[in-house]
Amino acid sequence: MSPMARTAPVPAATDPSIIRNFCIIAHIDHGKSTLADRMLQFTGVVQPRDMKAQYLDRMDIERERGITIKSQAVRMPWEVEGTAYALNMIDTPGHVDFTYEVSRSLAACEGAVLLVDAAQGIEAQTLANLYLAMENDLTIIPVLNKIDLPAAQPEKYAEELANLIGGDPADVLKVSGKTGVGVEGLLDRIVADIPAPVGDAAAPARAMIFDSVYDTYRGVVTYVRVVDGSLNPRERIQMMSTKASHELLEIGVISPEPIPSKGLGVGEVGYLITGVKDVRQSKVGDTITNLSKPAAQSLGGYQDPKPMVFSGLYPLDGSDYPDLRDALDKLKLNDAALVYEPETSAALGFGFRVGFLGLLHLEIVRERLEREFNLDLISTAPNVIYDVTLEDTSVVTVTNPSEFPTGKVKEVREPMVSATILAPNEFVGAIMELCQGRRGQMKGMDYLSEDRVELRYWIPLAEIVFDFFDQLKSKTRGYASLDWKADGEQAADLVKVDILLQGEQVDAFSAITHRDKAYAYGTMMTAKLRELIPRQQFEVPIQAAIGSRIIARENIRAIRKDVLAKCYGGDITRKRKLLEKQKEGKKRMKMVGRVEVPQEAFIAALTTDESKDKAKK
Amino acid sequence: MPSALPLGDPAPADGVLPPQAAVGAGERGFSLYAHIPFCAVRCGYCDFNTYTATELGGGASQAAYAATAASEVRFAAAALDASGVPRRPMSTVFFGGGTPTILPASDLAAILAAAVDAWGLEPGAEITTEANPDSVTPASLEALAEAGFTRVSFGMQSAVPHVLKVLDRTHSPGRVPEAVRWARDAGLDVSLDLIYGTPGESMADWRASLDAALACDPDHVSAYALIVEDGTKLAAQIRRGEVPETDDDEHAEKYELADAVLAEAGYAWYEVSNWARGAGGDSPEGARYACRHNLAYWNGGDWWGIGPGAHSHVGGVRWWNVKHPTAYAGRLARGESPAAGRETLDAETRHTERVLLGLRLASGLPVADVPVEGRAAVAGLIADGLVEGPAALRGRLVLTLRGRLLADAAVRRLLP
Repeated sequence: MSPMARTAPVPAATDPSIIRNFCIIAHIDHGKSTLADRMLQFTGVVQPRDMKAQYLDRMDIERERGITIKSQAVRMPWEVEGTAYALNMIDTPGHVDFTYEVSRSLAACEGAVLLVDAAQGIEAQTLANLYLAMENDLTIIPVLNKIDLPAAQPEKYAEELANLIGGDPADVLKVSGKTGVGVEGLLDRIVADIPAPVGDAAAPARAMIFDSVYDTYRGVVTYVRVVDGSLNPRERIQMMSTKASHELLEIGVISPEPIPSKGLGVGEVGYLITGVKDVRQSKVGDTITNLSKPAAQSLGGYQDPKPMVFSGLYPLDGSDYPDLRDALDKLKLNDAALVYEPETSAALGFGFRVGFLGLLHLEIVRERLEREFNLDLISTAPNVIYDVTLEDTSVVTVTNPSEFPTGKVKEVREPMVSATILAPNEFVGAIMELCQGRRGQMKGMDYLSEDRVELRYWIPLAEIVFDFFDQLKSKTRGYASLDWKADGEQAADLVKVDILLQGEQVDAFSAITHRDKAYAYGTMMTAKLRELIPRQQFEVPIQAAIGSRIIARENIRAIRKDVLAKCYGGDITRKRKLLEKQKEGKKRMKMVGRVEVPQEAFIAALTTDESKDKAKK
Repeated sequence: MPSALPLGDPAPADGVLPPQAAVGAGERGFSLYAHIPFCAVRCGYCDFNTYTATELGGGASQAAYAATAASEVRFAAAALDASGVPRRPMSTVFFGGGTPTILPASDLAAILAAAVDAWGLEPGAEITTEANPDSVTPASLEALAEAGFTRVSFGMQSAVPHVLKVLDRTHSPGRVPEAVRWARDAGLDVSLDLIYGTPGESMADWRASLDAALACDPDHVSAYALIVEDGTKLAAQIRRGEVPETDDDEHAEKYELADAVLAEAGYAWYEVSNWARGAGGDSPEGARYACRHNLAYWNGGDWWGIGPGAHSHVGGVRWWNVKHPTAYAGRLARGESPAAGRETLDAETRHTERVLLGLRLASGLPVADVPVEGRAAVAGLIADGLVEGPAALRGRLVLTLRGRLLADAAVRRLLP
């Protein structure tokens, strides 16, 4: 067992041979943050009295959801056989929406700890990230966590991991982040197994940005991994993709608070601050070089983040529109993937069409807007991008169903994804049924172990952005996990279904669906609205239509009674309070023609059944 | 009265009202409401402030209640004097509950006597008590008439046994005509209270109740839709699925039936839920048998409500007493006002109340009382058939039958 290092290697003067860069690949709630906390403690970078649970997850939402949105890098000293090493733990986002960020974090490492819950086994997203790590030639250290749990099955899952990465089940480490058992052994294994970084100290500087975070006080904090050369304070640096140059105001390492250093050398991981205010000026995947002695070739692998899912965000109270705009502007500083532009809905008023990497990204942004900026929002049903070719061969890109062209359409193309689903084999039938119902094409199926199966589908993204994951979870009693990545597009028979209230189209409810599902959408939405819209003083027909053809119809009967019969003992106050409440309710109505539609009806109609049930509980 | 009290401003212990209460008081009538917070059993639909225990402590027992209530009468007279509100003889008195007639007639007489002692009576004053058909005898009704009561309002509710059972009413349907006859013999005017829309009540059941009520030849009928109040036994039964939910459309149909049957029998509506015999002409509420106490509520009159949880209104000041009889008795024993809270209505709120309450009356709401912003809505109300066109042309907004059923919606359209 190794002791805590007596002297830590000094940044900017650390030989690459004593550096180990690694990340932890794990599924949500498989205990990555707890394990990371334990490492911080055992290596002495966090004093026990400063320890707070999940130290590295900064944002409240992260802590509450138990997921890490933004990665960070922590430098920890660890001594093995008298040599003090510098371990850089690079935290990776754990969710499917952030695949690109994960890939950049992995590219900053030589090794990865594959952390799996000993009671649950590997999940699809972990598997996806494991593939990414193996493609990047990372050394994998398989670890089973939570071995203290009564439900842990370390032998079973050790075999599963050994099968996946090749190797002996006996080599799988068994730890408990909670009790600390096996964590020191893991630190030793990291030093022993993971290769030291290799680079040319004499070459022009090249450092890869693997994360970039906006901080209110310091501006953008950029996390880098130096590959060649070195970065030093007060130098001018250059972003190789944009050729923009900045002065290095501060450079240092995180341990676990930022500590300025004399620079960063080959193989080192740390942060830098240049005074820029927008993460778009410091892009993940970009290469930083020295302005006075620039590198000829970037490190490669840079991509602009590409929004996949769009949704309209509207303030419940129209007067909050400027606040929503300001809030989005602020969030954008810290979220290079967030794109938005103003849009107007006849039903919902002024809002924004916002592009997201995926559904979780959408949910996180929405939640941050509501929580950090105190906004009440309506979000329209998420949709994907369609390329619509008209008869005259012009192509329209549609990110909002209400913009779907009404003229002669020649072809509609929709984005496709490759989806991987892991589940116990008893659910294979249910999963296949679900995927086929969602127009998926099966691409393959493999047994990971005797009773766990990996299914691969090529499936329209539009089919998985609505409630696919909820359905998958409910059909597999929560056991299935899902990962997906964008994979081309296909032409499909897609139509726009409009919803009309008393003959007036309600743009917020328009949807683009496959022709075979248009009727189901129409009947579902009209029936839902019939339940949600209160009866008016006149009859209100609700119709679903493709173009001018009505495909479904419901009726809201006129209300017959709206009067409080009694007013006992002269309690007029109560009656007046009731009126005030009713009037307050009326204010929260949106008018569609003459029809008063409560905000709640919009929210509920745009919410999937599962989340509605959750809200009820 | 409803079990939850409103939130308001604190009320002072001396009961003295803000100056606005006295403004113009000389031109307004004065009424008294006396709440008797006791019942033999609590009915399943009831959320009124009533208690079935005979022995509440601290001067709140049934036996001590008349003396306690009389002490509030004396407190009221002194507080109004101190507020500069001139003493006016009472034009109406109403004993409600609870079940007032659970107390001996002599107790009710004692409370009334205290009030008459304090304020006097207008000639021809209307003095009503509510009564359960079970809790009266020929002798007790005689005694009430003797004490000055002029009118009794029986809680008949329904003539159909299975409906009465859901409502937890203890009387047998046959008891009602008998009690009405005794009241007539004592020289009292008679009103019958009906409830429609009870779970399980068919249209035929409701028709039977209306017919049974009319067979008693009452002077006045109140018909209230059953409201399932939170926290009642009935609400719990509906929640558990033991009793079907009530339905507003069915309520509307039953209301329409009631209005047709009552009109046919010569009773005209003068307020959304109230019909009086022989009403007619231009001013139905001027009719001999309309409940003038009830009208005082709708017309914004002055009244003092005595008893736990009772509400009062004098010149735009509303207040309400503490709910529990023990707390109520304790306050009075210490010489303090039993008021739990009060509110002083500003001009806008008084305006709102005028529209809210006035529109419920057959005499209608003067168009001049509608805020300017709401005038534009009047044409819409006529077009939608909620308000009588000809009456509106004469300057009064009178609800149509359909409008009575949508009165709250009409009010919302008239108020900004």
